[in-house]
Amino acid sequence: MSEIKKIKNLKEFSTSADRFEGANLLCPGCAHSIIVREILNATNDDLVLSASTGCLEVCTAVYPYTSWDASWIHIGFENCSTAIAGAEAMYKSLKNKGRLKQPDRNPKFIAFGGDGASYDIGLQWISGCMERNHDMMYVVLDNEVYANTGGQRSSSTPIGSSATTSPAGSISYGEKMNKKDLMGIMGAHNIPYAAQVAPNKWKDLVKKVQRGFATEGAVFINAVSPCTTEWKFDPKDTMMLSDLSTDSLVFPLYEIIEGREINITYRPKNVVPVEEYLAAQGRFKHLFKDQYKHLIGEWQTRVDENWAYLNRREEARV
Amino acid sequence: MKYKGWDEFEIGAMLRSFDGAIDDIAGTAQIDRKYSENNSYRANVADWRILKPVFNKDYCIDCQFCWIYCPDVSIIARDKKMIGVDMDHCKGCGICVEVCPTNPKSLLMFVDYADEEAELAQWPAKDEEE
Repeated sequence: MSEIKKIKNLKEFSTSADRFEGANLLCPGCAHSIIVREILNATNDDLVLSASTGCLEVCTAVYPYTSWDASWIHIGFENCSTAIAGAEAMYKSLKNKGRLKQPDRNPKFIAFGGDGASYDIGLQWISGCMERNHDMMYVVLDNEVYANTGGQRSSSTPIGSSATTSPAGSISYGEKMNKKDLMGIMGAHNIPYAAQVAPNKWKDLVKKVQRGFATEGAVFINAVSPCTTEWKFDPKDTMMLSDLSTDSLVFPLYEIIEGREINITYRPKNVVPVEEYLAAQGRFKHLFKDQYKHLIGEWQTRVDENWAYLNRREEARV
Repeated sequence: MKYKGWDEFEIGAMLRSFDGAIDDIAGTAQIDRKYSENNSYRANVADWRILKPVFNKDYCIDCQFCWIYCPDVSIIARDKKMIGVDMDHCKGCGICVEVCPTNPKSLLMFVDYADEEAELAQWPAKDEEE
């Protein structure tokens, strides 16, 4: 226990015993459970988990069933991070007093939140946990919309996306605000480790998560989670969309150490044009009308600028 | 199972995943666990499915892409081998077929009522174009 699980290849990884169960009520082809499985299987240690209100919570704990084979807490939309921080503080206190029955088991504390719970509603709670530097991991399952309540825009929704509260039509091209840079905000907390991951790059994900488990202090993970219902694509294409989002650099994979050191962990050999990423999703289909075509060019420029910015930061180590 | 009424709940509910204590969950395979009736492992979502994956072990190279990318923990892997699909939990999304790298694919989608033996007998041949 508490040593890092050795995962050299997928065959070895496949001997893991899953602690997340099937027959949950997530949509067919949902990336949430792929990310959760990859994270939970990255360790053999005991787990204390928590989930904010959102697809993951609603679909895995429908009375009378639970899909979690570990201690799992749900309280509110905004405070799963503080719940886990509280559990961690209690664990530390009991350990210091010598009142734990099995003091050497070193459980891992993980909180899961959707992008609504993390980018909007729970931001100050997460900020508090990161500032107090609890020994925990916060994972955002970023599907860029409030998918659970019917597809309202969140502050993670990117420009041009059609959501139910920012619908596209003859007057509007949909969401007008740019996506919030949560990784930048978390990096500015100078926490020991923050990383952006994607389910299709499982090895990169497992490596970052294991580093997060080994780190003492607060860890922040932002995972892209293609949503078949709200991004409007065929359920079987979840991994293709995940590939497109990392290869078109819309969702670059990098890590921030101590808020100062940026490492880009994945550089695609063939960079895919952003147009292909947009064309694969129904929520962007209006961008291909003549009226809104100029937005595709703007998208490409924005993504390129962000990539150049990350590269400059990596080089300058700031 | 007897469901509780709205006025019979305690404040704050707790569901137990297992009957009795388990000391080492991460080292216990799913078939060896004593799931309680509250665990969704005991539930069934087979009626969600329109298409079902059929597994042809003749072409499988045990790469385990289907295992890692299955959202519903429905690919059964034992000792680094892929041995089949858990039809109680599979929702028929088709990700396993998309990520299968073999040629021809060792997993293909068929309508849910298709006869597995018949489909295996007429499995498509190798696609030369790829």
